[in-house]
Amino acid sequence: MAGSAQRIVTLGQANQGQSEPEHAKVEIDAIRKVFQTSRGEVVALHDTSLTIANNEFICVVGPSGCGKTTLLNILAGLDAPTSGEVRIDGTSIHGPSSERGVVFQQYALFPWLTVRQNVEFGLKLKSIGKGERRSIAEKYIESVGLKDFANAFPKELSGGMKQRVAIARAYAVNPQLLLLDEPFGALDAQTRTQLQVELLNTWEQEQKTCFFITHDVEEAVLLASRVVVMSARPGRIKAIVPIDLKHPRTQETRMSKPFNDLKNDIWSLVYQEYLDAKK
Amino acid sequence: MDNKPATRVGQMIDRIDGKVFLVVSFLLGLLVWQLVSMTKAGAVFAGPVDTFDAFIQEAKSGRLLEHIYASLFRVLGGFALALVIAIPVAFLMGWYRVCRMLVEPWIQFLRTIPPIAYIPLVIVAQGVGESAKITVIFVASFLVMVVSIYQGVRNVDVTLIKASRVLGAKDRDIFFHVIIPASFPFILVALRLGLSAALTTLIAAELTGAQVGLGQMIQEASLYFRMEIVILGIVMIGIIGFLLDKLLLFLERRLAGWQEVRSV
Repeated sequence: MAGSAQRIVTLGQANQGQSEPEHAKVEIDAIRKVFQTSRGEVVALHDTSLTIANNEFICVVGPSGCGKTTLLNILAGLDAPTSGEVRIDGTSIHGPSSERGVVFQQYALFPWLTVRQNVEFGLKLKSIGKGERRSIAEKYIESVGLKDFANAFPKELSGGMKQRVAIARAYAVNPQLLLLDEPFGALDAQTRTQLQVELLNTWEQEQKTCFFITHDVEEAVLLASRVVVMSARPGRIKAIVPIDLKHPRTQETRMSKPFNDLKNDIWSLVYQEYLDAKK
Repeated sequence: MDNKPATRVGQMIDRIDGKVFLVVSFLLGLLVWQLVSMTKAGAVFAGPVDTFDAFIQEAKSGRLLEHIYASLFRVLGGFALALVIAIPVAFLMGWYRVCRMLVEPWIQFLRTIPPIAYIPLVIVAQGVGESAKITVIFVASFLVMVVSIYQGVRNVDVTLIKASRVLGAKDRDIFFHVIIPASFPFILVALRLGLSAALTTLIAAELTGAQVGLGQMIQEASLYFRMEIVILGIVMIGIIGFLLDKLLLFLERRLAGWQEVRSV
């Protein structure tokens, strides 16, 4: 752990060092979330604050029950915080909106719609005309490599293909913020690697602020501009680790020493949390 | 099914088309029927030949068609009315908690009462005409359908609703573009259950008094001990139910082929 002290910026330092990023896109301001259960109150998130810069790729890691998904739901507007607020471009959010797209672990494709109709779903709600809708959908279906499956139904697709459709669907409505809740968690290792690379490419092209939840530390280091480590009971931010590996990140990045150092450092932080959570 | 039989006979059986079995099964059924009618039970249980004769006779006179028409009119009338009302009621129950809390206990309670129990009440209220029969059939199939469509609405995957919200869907959009299509397979199941309830109730309604109809035909024939006509009536009801069910299955395959698991 000695070597990690230089690289890992703990929460306190992070706030001092970069309390006001140049273009603060998302400000998570003292969010607290308490759930009422039959066994009393459960604090899912405890005074969580985080500022995300424009076009930043944030990865959140932590043991289950650390409130990662709760935080994502609050960012999406699907859940309201007990106290505190989330501001996007300085405006606080109330309820879900197509400005904040979500990719779910279980794909959440509409099974009665074809791939194209799924991707067009959000565009239709925005009352975008048929021709434009079609060309936007086509662009994103092509970008995820599913051109030949545009008229297929979700049941005909593999898990990886379904998640590609979900990503295309989220991108198609052109959200300012993309929230991904363990999107590759249910996929096999090979497909996951492939989709990670594709997602990075898309991120580099489209320049969108991403908030990505994962269990996989290696995935977090590969994708992130900064990795947020959370701890459980109550859920809070334990550390924020900047990942200054250069882009484009490739298979070679994975082999490099800086990559593996970061991975090991973060993994030891996360592992400590797993141990604590087990107690 | 997948274990290949080792014997040559087994292999031969495996190669036979499913349709052949359907024919064989049908012929075997006829044979059993014929054998039963040749025993002592034959006094009551008219054989296939007698029944077929009765069919020709009744069909030629036009009476059979009249009965079938009357019965079908009642079944489809009551059933269609029930469907048109069950869909909005079920959606309201699934969507609004207040509606669910107020309506569901009554539906669950009434559902347990066999329609035969309230047929006399309906007849006293509405007489023995068409409207009484349609009312009874309506109530029976409505209760079955509303419960099953409501289950469908309640079972809509919450993630799909979330996914549509973050794509910009409002309540109205969610209702029309998520809830309705997602519960469509349940509506089809409800149609089949409702139709079967409608047929069951039809006969009960017609047995208690009707000028015409398959139930009435059975009732009258039994008074004169025309057992071949009784059996003819029973078989006709079976065929109608079977054909309508097949029609709905066909619709399900055409309209809800997108389902991951098909319940055929």
